[in-house]
Amino acid sequence: MSAGSDAVRVRGLTVRYGEVLALDDVDLDVAPGRVCGLLGVNGSGKSSLFKALIGTLRPDRGEIVLLGRDPAAARRAGAVSYVPQADAVDWAFPVGVTDVVTMGRYGRMGPMRRPKQADRTAVAGAIERVGLTDLAGRQIGALSGGQRKRAFLARAIAQDASLLLLDEPFSGVDKGSEATIVALLHAMRDEGRTVLVSTHDLAAVPDLCDEAVLLARRVIAHGTPEHVLTPDVLAGAFGAPPTRGRAA
Amino acid sequence: MTGVLEWVLAPLQFEFMLRALLVAVVSGGVCAILSCWLTLIGWSLLGDAVSHAVLPGVVLSYIIGIPFAVGAFVFGVGAVGLIGVVRRTSRVKEDAAIGVVFTGLFALGIVLVSRTPSNTDLTHILFGNLLGVSDSDIVQVLVMSAVTLAIVLVKRRDLTLFAFDPTHAHAIGLSPRRLEALLLGLLALTVVIALQAVGIVLVVAMLIIPGATAYLLTDRFATMLAVAAAVSIGSSVAGTYLSFHADLSTGGTIVVSQAGVFTLAYLFSPSHGILGRWRTRRAVRVPEERPL
Repeated sequence: MSAGSDAVRVRGLTVRYGEVLALDDVDLDVAPGRVCGLLGVNGSGKSSLFKALIGTLRPDRGEIVLLGRDPAAARRAGAVSYVPQADAVDWAFPVGVTDVVTMGRYGRMGPMRRPKQADRTAVAGAIERVGLTDLAGRQIGALSGGQRKRAFLARAIAQDASLLLLDEPFSGVDKGSEATIVALLHAMRDEGRTVLVSTHDLAAVPDLCDEAVLLARRVIAHGTPEHVLTPDVLAGAFGAPPTRGRAA
Repeated sequence: MTGVLEWVLAPLQFEFMLRALLVAVVSGGVCAILSCWLTLIGWSLLGDAVSHAVLPGVVLSYIIGIPFAVGAFVFGVGAVGLIGVVRRTSRVKEDAAIGVVFTGLFALGIVLVSRTPSNTDLTHILFGNLLGVSDSDIVQVLVMSAVTLAIVLVKRRDLTLFAFDPTHAHAIGLSPRRLEALLLGLLALTVVIALQAVGIVLVVAMLIIPGATAYLLTDRFATMLAVAAAVSIGSSVAGTYLSFHADLSTGGTIVVSQAGVFTLAYLFSPSHGILGRWRTRRAVRVPEERPL
């Protein structure tokens, strides 16, 4: 990554589903070493933007640069990690915590993905860092909501990704676990990693995020949480004055 | 005791029984391994579709005089491709696309059979002919099984990643689409392997029941593979013996045996069975935080 370049740089991003315009000419820059909250109601284009960044959705127009390079190259280098939202995971799948975290290393392994000593060390270290060592052998569905989220964070840590994309990290997570996850994300930011969090949980934003982006098909506002979370700005995106709680 | 020994040993004097058991065990094992991924992804209907869609390929192979596996594989892969094309290029949903393609191809096969000389026996293709497998059938089954198992052995972790979290696969620069294509190719191969044992109509059972049964019995993928293989091979052997002694349809008896084992797991699995859950409900540990 060249010095001074943005972790995320988006220009003119436009995504359509048939007649529906999901993203309209979105520009976005996020500097490295920041926690950036991506806010908006359902249908505001948050998940389309995430899919475009991960590359599972081909935009109709626009340009994306991740960590100073072509997104596909950044992904192949293992620099991009995605933490799915709780509903997107099959929790009955017969894999354990260690299995999931090891998947973070697959990009670095040989074609058979047989873990070497370095991989085992990285996996064990990542699991220890999120505090799941005692549960490392447990099937992922047998974890609580907060533990599940931490298991996927451990996967991103084991991957040693520079850019983390988290989709609704606090849904299904109690307040205690939320604090643990916020602390982990801040520690990762302090190592120079960039964290992009998609959420409609406005209450969590001031504690978690260094900056916030309000999305409603286009970028309505981008700045510090205090700057973005004002009644006037929010009314433009949410259509009503916000309550100081969880927006649904 | 001698009665049991005799029951087991007597059929082994017949060469056709040895061949039948060989094909039953090999195809049962290979199908069981693949069925673990298929059940976890939810590709049961797709397996059913591929198995029916190979019929015209099998009939054409007989007409042209090439190994039936070649025609079957071509039509199996072709059906998968066709389903994808119909789904992507029309407003028809996936289950409808699958239904249209597989019934259409199956019907084409039936039409072809009705216009060909009697050396293609529709009953054998539809319901299997395990007690009458030829040398070339055995060679085909063994070669295809070896190829399938070798690919699965090398790519098993990628296939599991694809089944569990294709988005992560994409995010780390792997190609979920290529892995999907690989798994579909393996599905087509396995269908062709199992045709000999149980026939087109029942192939899907071999591709679903072992994995579904094992899924009820374990929360570890490696164990699931082993349990599925054991269930499938055990049922194949038991079914072949029962059909020999009681003069029953071999393919039918194999699948009924598998369904019997599934029923037992469904009822009595300690972790996920109906009765097992009921018995252990009081002893279940409560996680310290409840997910929403």
